[in-house]
Amino acid sequence: MKINKLPVVFFEVEILDAKTKDKLCFLDKYCNCFLVFHVFVSDPQWYPARQSIRLDPKGKSLKDEDVLQHLPVGTTATFYFRDLGAQISWVTVFLTEYAGPLLIYLMFYFRVPFIYAPKYDFTTSKHWVVHLACMCHSFHYVKRLLETLFVHRFSHGTMPLRNIFKNCTYYWGFAAWMAYYINHPLYTPPTYGEQQIRLALTVFLFCQIGNFSIHIALRNLRPPGSKTRKIPYPTKNPFTWIFLLVSCPNYTYELGSWLGFTLMTQCLPVAAFTLVGFIQMTVWAKGKHRSYLKEFRDYPTLRSPILPFIL
Amino acid sequence: MSAPAMGTSKTAHTDSSHKKKKGPGTLATAYLVIYNVVMTAGWLVIAVGLVRAYLARGSYHGLYYSIEKPLKYFQTGALLEILHCAVGIVPSSVVLTGFQVMSRVFLTWAVTHSVREVQSEDSVLLFVVAWTVTEIIRYSFYTFSLLNHLPYLIKWARYTFFFVLYPMGVAGELLTIYAALPYVQKTGLYSITLPNNYNFSFDYHTFLILVMISYIPLFPQLYFHMIRQRKKVLGHVEEYSKVE
Repeated sequence: MKINKLPVVFFEVEILDAKTKDKLCFLDKYCNCFLVFHVFVSDPQWYPARQSIRLDPKGKSLKDEDVLQHLPVGTTATFYFRDLGAQISWVTVFLTEYAGPLLIYLMFYFRVPFIYAPKYDFTTSKHWVVHLACMCHSFHYVKRLLETLFVHRFSHGTMPLRNIFKNCTYYWGFAAWMAYYINHPLYTPPTYGEQQIRLALTVFLFCQIGNFSIHIALRNLRPPGSKTRKIPYPTKNPFTWIFLLVSCPNYTYELGSWLGFTLMTQCLPVAAFTLVGFIQMTVWAKGKHRSYLKEFRDYPTLRSPILPFIL
Repeated sequence: MSAPAMGTSKTAHTDSSHKKKKGPGTLATAYLVIYNVVMTAGWLVIAVGLVRAYLARGSYHGLYYSIEKPLKYFQTGALLEILHCAVGIVPSSVVLTGFQVMSRVFLTWAVTHSVREVQSEDSVLLFVVAWTVTEIIRYSFYTFSLLNHLPYLIKWARYTFFFVLYPMGVAGELLTIYAALPYVQKTGLYSITLPNNYNFSFDYHTFLILVMISYIPLFPQLYFHMIRQRKKVLGHVEEYSKVE
């Protein structure tokens, strides 16, 4: 049978609840060329983003772009529906979780009342490294906000709603903790003074540029509005040459930035934040690396998930 | 064109009902039996020590000193249980076990041992007695379970005594921490102040208050979990009476 030249065939589609196996709806005369996207249960309470349609109750979700004809179903297709719970868009989550640290840090920097002793209200630190740290921290989060709005191309539109509470607690909590000490009237500048701060700033800026270069390179892999996945390769930009050795250099550079900031401020809470972030990014990098290996037969073997040759 | 069967694709995974429950191997079982027997014995020593000291002194006060050493040994020894979960020879969650053991170790070392002035408090006796009775039952429960000869009495005791022992232990713990507060504040125990080279501070006094507050959400959860477990375990009396 020449599948591509097949005339339009009509399927029957039934949708069952994945848990209870109740029949939720039945569509007859459903065109084989239709995307899964059109199958969605039409109750307005369950907007498409929170619907998971799958071929097997315990299996993976089908993608919106999957075409009915190419799925392993007979002329009567049975799909299972699972409610993913209330959803929120990735863009919203990112903007909220990044705007928080930006504003919170500034509140501590400007020594807004009720944080430190009243005699310090609205004063500024006498150490120039504290001003530098504020600029770096603010720059970092402004960069993240702009990337969220103009650079990143997200695979998934949404994530579960409870994530925004979890993520904001993490980012906002750590930002407050770090900012409290760096902007404290009793803050102690780094032991090795200007040398240490200059080195730290160099590392920080290098990694910020690096991280941005990777985000641009990843964006360019993907045409606008698409969700295709390709292997990232080094480009003319030297900051992307790290792709030769690492699958997720955006995380590598991010770690580098925060190591730089730790060195610059010589502040234990910053070191703690760097460590926790590193652990989380390593988990993500390993997962991404594994899915690259699974999806692409010819994936470069020299690459490690996050740290060249080490991790 | 595929056959017009109902389109559910068969998954490659085996049906979960075919999954075999893998327990610890024989060597691990032998080790666990020895571990649990030793712990049962240890807490019995503590129990006997308390009774003897009470009879010798004629009063409830200051009994902590008579069992201080074995309490430290055997409560700290429980840290091994975290390892057992991590390695997989015990099917509990590492996080849950870790949390429970660490809270006991925290009270033993970071409060009672560290703040000498609270050692003569009656609240210490309250939680030591609660822990002692609980642990003797719990460790003998595990011992018998591993040997597949669990007397119903032990199972019943484990899932019934907690009704009183849990609140008793929590009361003793909270009162002890509360008694320690003024001394911690006065001496600045375990606290770091600014300024310092790492731009960090820690106030142990505030930390202890936060620990006390954390009992409010945590204790009910653990208590109701035990109640649910009780219904599950003691609910099926007919099946289990055949064990012995």
